Parts: sequence; C-alpha cells; structure tokens
Amino acid sequence: MSHGTQEEPAPTGDLTLGQHVGSGEVPRYQGGSRTPGWDDAVDLTKDPAVIPDPATVHVPEELRAEIEAHMAKYPDERSAAIPALMAAQRRHVWCSPEAIEQVACVMRLTPGYLVAVASFYDMLETSPVGRHRVYVCTNISCSLRGADALLERVVEEVGDDPDFNVRSFECLGACDIAPMASVDDVYVGPVELDDVPALIGQVRSGAEVLPEKQILRRKSVDPNAGSTS
Amino acid sequence: MSSAILFKDIDEPGLGTLAVYQRRGGYGDVLRKGLSMPREALVNELVESGLRGRGGAGFSMGKKASFMPKGGMDKYLVCNADESEPGTFKDRELMTKSPHMLIEGMILAAYAAGATKSFIYIRGEYAQQADILDAAVAEAYADGLLGENILGFDFSLELVVHRGAGAYICGEETGLLDSLEGKRGNPRLKPPFPANQGLYQGPTLINNVETLMTIPHILGMGAAKYAEIGVENSTGTKLISVSGHVKRPGNYEIELGMSAREIIYGLCGGIEGDHEVKLWFPGGSSSPVLTSDDLDLGYDFDSLAKAGSMLGSGAIIVVDDQTSVVEVCLKLAKFYRHESCGKCTPCREGTQWTVKMLERMKSGTATPMDLDIMASVQEQITGHCLCVLGDAMAMPVGSMIAKFRPEFEEYIEAARERAERELVASLDAGLVGSAT
Repeated sequence: MSHGTQEEPAPTGDLTLGQHVGSGEVPRYQGGSRTPGWDDAVDLTKDPAVIPDPATVHVPEELRAEIEAHMAKYPDERSAAIPALMAAQRRHVWCSPEAIEQVACVMRLTPGYLVAVASFYDMLETSPVGRHRVYVCTNISCSLRGADALLERVVEEVGDDPDFNVRSFECLGACDIAPMASVDDVYVGPVELDDVPALIGQVRSGAEVLPEKQILRRKSVDPNAGSTS
Repeated sequence: MSSAILFKDIDEPGLGTLAVYQRRGGYGDVLRKGLSMPREALVNELVESGLRGRGGAGFSMGKKASFMPKGGMDKYLVCNADESEPGTFKDRELMTKSPHMLIEGMILAAYAAGATKSFIYIRGEYAQQADILDAAVAEAYADGLLGENILGFDFSLELVVHRGAGAYICGEETGLLDSLEGKRGNPRLKPPFPANQGLYQGPTLINNVETLMTIPHILGMGAAKYAEIGVENSTGTKLISVSGHVKRPGNYEIELGMSAREIIYGLCGGIEGDHEVKLWFPGGSSSPVLTSDDLDLGYDFDSLAKAGSMLGSGAIIVVDDQTSVVEVCLKLAKFYRHESCGKCTPCREGTQWTVKMLERMKSGTATPMDLDIMASVQEQITGHCLCVLGDAMAMPVGSMIAKFRPEFEEYIEAARERAERELVASLDAGLVGSAT
C-alpha cells in the first residue's frame, strides 16, 4: 500500500467562506469544512473577544426584536441568555460564531460567556448540523422497547442527507409512547421500524409527521385501565 | 377511577382553554377563598393537608412555603417543569391538557409565599407544552387573572414561561435557578437554601407542577378531607407514570398506598408477553431497584423508604426477566455520565468509571474484582457532592449489584469466554490465512 499519494477529497463545487451549497444550506468554509476556524490554534497573545460593537455588527431586525422582548421579561436581563440563543439558533440552524456575536451584541455580553452557556445544553448546537432535528429517545424505558434499533433505522434512512440532525437523546419524557422520537419538536410514538421511511419522507416534504401517532392526539386516561385483557 | 382528582375531566375537549376551565369551576370560588384568607392560614391549610412534594424529594409542601421569610423584599415562585427524570411523564400530560389548573395553583402558592414574580421553568424539549402554557398565560393576563390586583384582591403576580434547552441537572432546584439566571445549570452549595437565597439572591419557593396543581383541589375540598385520602404520611392521590415492559404504559392517578402488584398487573395489564418482573424502579431511574419480591409493597412514601427505595417522582419502570440487568445498568450509567455537570469530582469521575467498568464487563475484559470496585465507587459517590445527581446513579447501580450479584458474575464470565473464543478463532483464521 502506498502512502502519501492519496489526494484530499475535493470539496464539492466552488466553496468560499460562508457560501451556502446544495439544498441543505449548510454553510461551508475553507476546504469544504463545516466549522470555521477548526484548525486555528488558540492564540494566547490575543485578548479574549470583548462585547461586540453595535456599530459594526449587523443584527437582523427580527432577531434583535425577539431577543429584546425576551430580555424585557426578566428582572435581570441575563436570564434571557437561553431563549436568545435559541432564537439565534432557529435563524442560523446552529450557534455559529456569527449567531453568538449577534446575541452578544444585543445582550451586551461577551461571546465567550454565551459559548460557555451554549456548550452546557444539549439542544444548543455548537457545531454545524442539519436543520431538521430528529431526537430519538434512547433512555431506559424506550430502549426496553427497541429504541436502539429505531435509532439505527432512522440513521440508515436519512443516510448522508445534510438537512438532518439525527441524534440519540436522553429521556424526552414520553415513555408512554416508547419507542418515540421528537421530530422538529413534535413528539411521535410508538414508532415502528416500518414507520421510519414514511416519517423521514414527511419531514423531507414538509408534511405533518405521523399524524395518528402524535402525542397531543392521545387520551390521558387509558379507557382499558384496570381491565385484565 | 373514583379517586381521580387531577385527572378528573382531563380528557374533556378544550379543557386547556380559559372558557372551558372556568365553566368547570376554575378560577372561581376556590381562588377567591384562597386570596381572601390570611397568608398564614393558607400555609397552615397546606401543612394540614399533608401534601408532600411530587417532584422527587417528597418534602412537605406547606412547610416549604412556611420557610419563606416575611418582609418586603422581592420574592419568587418557580414552578419546576423540567421533568427530566427518566421514566417520568406526568407533568407533560398535566400541562398539555390543563395549563390553567397550573396557573391557578401558582397564583395560590405565590400568595401563600408572598411572591410577586413567578416563573415556569419548562424543559426545552417540551416545546409543544410550552406553547400551550404561553397561550394559557396570555389568556389569563387578558382576563385579569394574572397581573395587577387579581380578581380585585390586593395581590399582584407576574408569570413568565421560561424554556430550558436540554439538561437533566436543571431539574435540580439550584441548578434550575442558575439556568434561569442565564448561566450554565450548575447546582449550588446548600445552605443557603432557596427559601433564603434563591433566584437573583431573593427568597424563592420552588415546587413541582403536580404539587402546585394539587393546591386548588386541597382548598376546594378542605385540608382535612384531602388528608383522609391515602395512607398515613402519604396523603392524597399521586400521578404515576408506568413504562417499560408493561402491556399498557401510561399515566395513572392512584390513591397513595395502593400495592405495586395492583398497579403493574391491575392497571397496566401485566407484563408484555406474560413474562415475569425481574426488577422495577419505583420512583424514576434514580431510585434503588426493587425485585419481584417487593410487588406487594404499598405504593407510598414510607413503605418504599422502608424497603430501601423511594417514591421519587412516581415513575415506575418495569423490566422483565428476559432483559440483562447489566445492559440496564450500562444504559443508566451512560445517561448519568452524560448528564453530570462536572462540578463535583466524585460524580464526574464516578459516573465515568462506572461506565468504563460496565463496558469492560460487556467486552469481556473485566475481572471479578471490577464488580467490587464498581460497588465501592458507588459508595464513595453517595453523599459527597453538592447535589444528588451522583447519588442518583450510585443508588440504583449499587442496588443492582447488591441484588443481582450472581447475574453480574455470570455475565462477566460469559463475556470473557466469548471474547477468548473470538480471539482464538481470529488467531486460527490468521494462521490458516498465512499458511496458504
């Protein structure tokens, strides 16, 4: 086997900084990477980023209004950090450096503080992901009812579609419909392996996901409770 | 069910709207009665009802409210709707179907605690429920049930629905407060307890959704009558979330003291495939496991504590005899490793090493001594951290080792033999391959 002759995989298309490619609109950076600055070493001679200057940072008007509305709800404005990051993430798909800078600018916090917060929470993404979130619960109750096989099946069905963010998730609080998944915030279950192609197809086409299996349509009280059938 | 209190009318269409909720008597005489009582009398009523917190710790709700200091400082009420304990899904159901009952409970609790600002901290995954709550809160504001001078009484309350972003530890009350202040959700050192220094350093009362929703009912029927339901020290009804290998997983409202057998075999129709119960978690995945010998226990705080476990959040997870206890243990340990915030060493390292040792067992590289080390790790976590996340892994894992030691040993031995056979087979294949 010869070494060193293998060429780096060529990035698809002509990629420049932050350019969107394909239908997924995942920003691509130098060399086709999805993470900007992934190979930059930490520069210890540089001062940490300060609170961004509103004069130089462009914040979309809607996002600014949303963040300011959140800040107004709390006695201490900093409480709005999570809702603000969520709002920015909805816009940018993940907490990109650009998203963090915009939130930092409106909330008058340092980007470092917000990255620290974002990295703590599972729903805030600190690296690029697809826009459709499919969280498959793989905690005890769901795994007792086949969640691991379900996750595998979903991953297989999605393939390398960059539009999807499929991940196993900790107990989503719906063990009554195990095995279940949260698909763009909609809880569905019990999801059979045969439901997966339909489910992923519905996400792709923007249709309602497994309407008959959504949790909001379930009755709270099982009419058969107590019967011995 | 005749004993239904919280689940009475729960499937009534449109119960989530203000109009239907009011038609069913919501925001009516009970609320007026509560707000016209002196604060102390309301707190007394809660103490007398014997209501214990439904979130996990089981502390007397009335006593907790009585710890709130008097004085003119800003006080807060926080509803813990993080519901992250694996196996628990009762609060989700309550908030989905009856958001106004929660708001009414919060108005009364805030009045009892003297709080003027309140928050519902709901986990980010419950986006659908948060939308329902947002709509209900807006309706309540529009109708003068929140805001200035509620129902004309000299009491004002603000209510904010705050969405989390996915972290188990934010169900721990001080972790929740830090998260609500816009920080990483690390638990705080206690004392000071939240009743003295909680949110924004002010006195804070924190209660679970189910606890708060019970308050209007206690007031409606009277504390003495409520205390008659259930058994001694465990009064009232409790929502239980049953999941795992049962035929009918779901939420059930039971009178405390009902036997576990009645719940699993009666309400839930027994075990899938008519297998036997191997083990069950009586109060979420953090509670020490019980076995099929404990099925005749009464499901109440004291009976379960006597059996060495706890009622916790009321989540029963049933595991049948076809499932390996080691696999369950590994799932559990992986979850706690992921969710440990990393602040305290015993929890951060203990969860990590427990997973590593269990993975060694699975891959066939563990020695019998690993089991003893794993058991001792659990003992060293318990009670040595700021919060109980570490204990929440140590207690079930420790109890599994104690109750199923022979199965662990067999599993280790079987995995070791399997790994050996595979190694020999691969060596043989290699030798044969090179010879030809």
